Amino acid sequence: MRIKTTFLLLILLFQISSYAQEKEKKVTHDFELELEGEYRYFYEDALFEDQKDHFPSLGITPEYSLEWNKGYESINFKGFFRLDVDDERTHWDIRELYYQKANNNWEFSLGLKKVYWGVTESNHLVDIINQTDAVETFDGEEKLGQPMAQFTWSTEKYGSFDFFYLPYHRKRTFSGRKGRLRFPTVIDKDDLTYQSSAKEWRQDFAFRWKHYFSIFDIGLSHFYGNGREPLFVFDSVGNINAFYPVINQTGLDLQITHDAFLWKLESIYRHADAQDFLALVAGLEYTFSNIDGNGLDIGILGEYLYDERDELALNALQNDVFIGSRIAFNDTQDTSILIGGIVDLESSSKIFSLEASRRFGSSWTAEVEARIFNNIDANELILSNFREDSFLRISISKYF
Amino acid sequence: MKKIILAGVALLSISIVTAQSAEERGLQIAKEADKADQGFNSSIVNLKMTLKNKNGQTSERLLVTRTLEQLDDGDKSMIVFNSPKDVKGTSTLTFTHKIGSDDQWLFLPSIKRVKRISSNNKSGPFVGSEFAYEDLSSQEVEKYAYKFLEEKENLLVVEQDPVDPKSGYTRRVVTYNKDKAYRLEKVEFYDRKNSLLKTLTYDDYKLYKGKFWRALTLNMVNHQSNKETQLKFSDYNFESELSEDDFTQVALKRAGK
Repeated sequence: MRIKTTFLLLILLFQISSYAQEKEKKVTHDFELELEGEYRYFYEDALFEDQKDHFPSLGITPEYSLEWNKGYESINFKGFFRLDVDDERTHWDIRELYYQKANNNWEFSLGLKKVYWGVTESNHLVDIINQTDAVETFDGEEKLGQPMAQFTWSTEKYGSFDFFYLPYHRKRTFSGRKGRLRFPTVIDKDDLTYQSSAKEWRQDFAFRWKHYFSIFDIGLSHFYGNGREPLFVFDSVGNINAFYPVINQTGLDLQITHDAFLWKLESIYRHADAQDFLALVAGLEYTFSNIDGNGLDIGILGEYLYDERDELALNALQNDVFIGSRIAFNDTQDTSILIGGIVDLESSSKIFSLEASRRFGSSWTAEVEARIFNNIDANELILSNFREDSFLRISISKYF
Repeated sequence: MKKIILAGVALLSISIVTAQSAEERGLQIAKEADKADQGFNSSIVNLKMTLKNKNGQTSERLLVTRTLEQLDDGDKSMIVFNSPKDVKGTSTLTFTHKIGSDDQWLFLPSIKRVKRISSNNKSGPFVGSEFAYEDLSSQEVEKYAYKFLEEKENLLVVEQDPVDPKSGYTRRVVTYNKDKAYRLEKVEFYDRKNSLLKTLTYDDYKLYKGKFWRALTLNMVNHQSNKETQLKFSDYNFESELSEDDFTQVALKRAGK
């Protein structure tokens, strides 16, 4: 079904592009390829049977764009393929494949696209348009391409208004048998059902208003459709029943940028037949810039995380504090380090993380990542399954 | 009688000119330079930035800069990176203000995120180069206090003291060319300890639309670190007729993709 839709979309896009090329002669093409070699090492003994410790992996990201009409019209493609020890982490995706046209104060996009909403660092509550590529990264910042028609209307006085029509829902993938960061039972994404009888073809809608007034940046959004997060219901014998509920979610994001302070707030209220809850992240970022006169920036981050779902919160951030620091050297190699820790205020659970990156030459980059699960409380419904899953990750990318 | 009055007026105006203080003359030159560049409306230009370290090793960045002139406030600008490839599409949108801090947004293409960033960091280096953020932002008359230093043939030398205490400089010594619409020929930057930090020279000037001088080569030499950064501009386009709609967060996402 997915392949058929993609195919139809491709035909449509090619027709648009051939029409466009007749109309406007100056067309620019751009092709880029990223090859990535990655190694993840889980240094603690696996909690569940069949889980591996070493995960060498390869990633390929091709990108292609075609622009004409002075860049006001374009077709954009971004693919992704990963080969991994974990069969479920071996996956491919069309991250983007869309046609876009802009004209003065409006913009229209049609196809598979990625959209980001929000301001905070430790959790991304408001961001809901795309499904998370959950096997790809731990922080959930990688997303699957979402089929959509998006219309944006910009006004100078009242900000921008975004309207989304989302005709198809994409399920989240979970780690396979050999993979880490999973539950005792391997969850096959196809076993998850929908509340809606239309299943993945439920026609969903979303709206967002975004504006800024001097030091304030504000966004208000509403989403109505198949939830991106599955709902887990545990029965008395410990079986998991998981499904995607139909949700109404209202989101608010606010940032106040005052001197070197960024004050941030994200909050959502989600309503489904089976569940109603409020969640928020509030915090600040302060940057000491150019400390040594050579460009060294040290930023301090602090955020409080609250989720009314309590232990059922998938990311286990129900009443936690995040403290972190971002160090940017602003050197030729763009060396940067992000360290942080999330501390549960109600239990002993702590997660520490480190992410560092640097460029080598003009077309190589290297990344180091560490996630350490420390003193995870055995009573944590979800997080306790990951208590032996601390890992180190190294990746090297070459860009063509 | 009329003649006498006129002569009197002429004498008076001469005495005003001579009585003009160094501060007033400095400000006047800055205003002339600003006025001479008014009316370009908008421009698009490609920029190749070459960073050279003290051992002579170089690295390059390619970017495209779009500028929209504002008459009542500082200009709006958008910068899009095309290389190095790992940061391709990274873009910034800046609304400079004559008074107060600039508004600035950063677009990160890998996660499609637009982030409002603090414009507090004026003195920090722009992408590892010898240009600080404040060197590249829109030069507004209100941002400095002025003092005329000397006149050497067609060159006027003016000292500029930044109004903003967050500036990395105590002063800049700026050389204008009064025969060429007050275009800049050289800027010397003095650090917070008042020692010479950097020298910026402008070369390969070209006249656009019969009115606007643009240097196609800028060289910044850091005397303390012995590092250099060269900017090479190409394909200046003053006919693009950009509008306010090309300088929004929506346009920023579109430009970075």
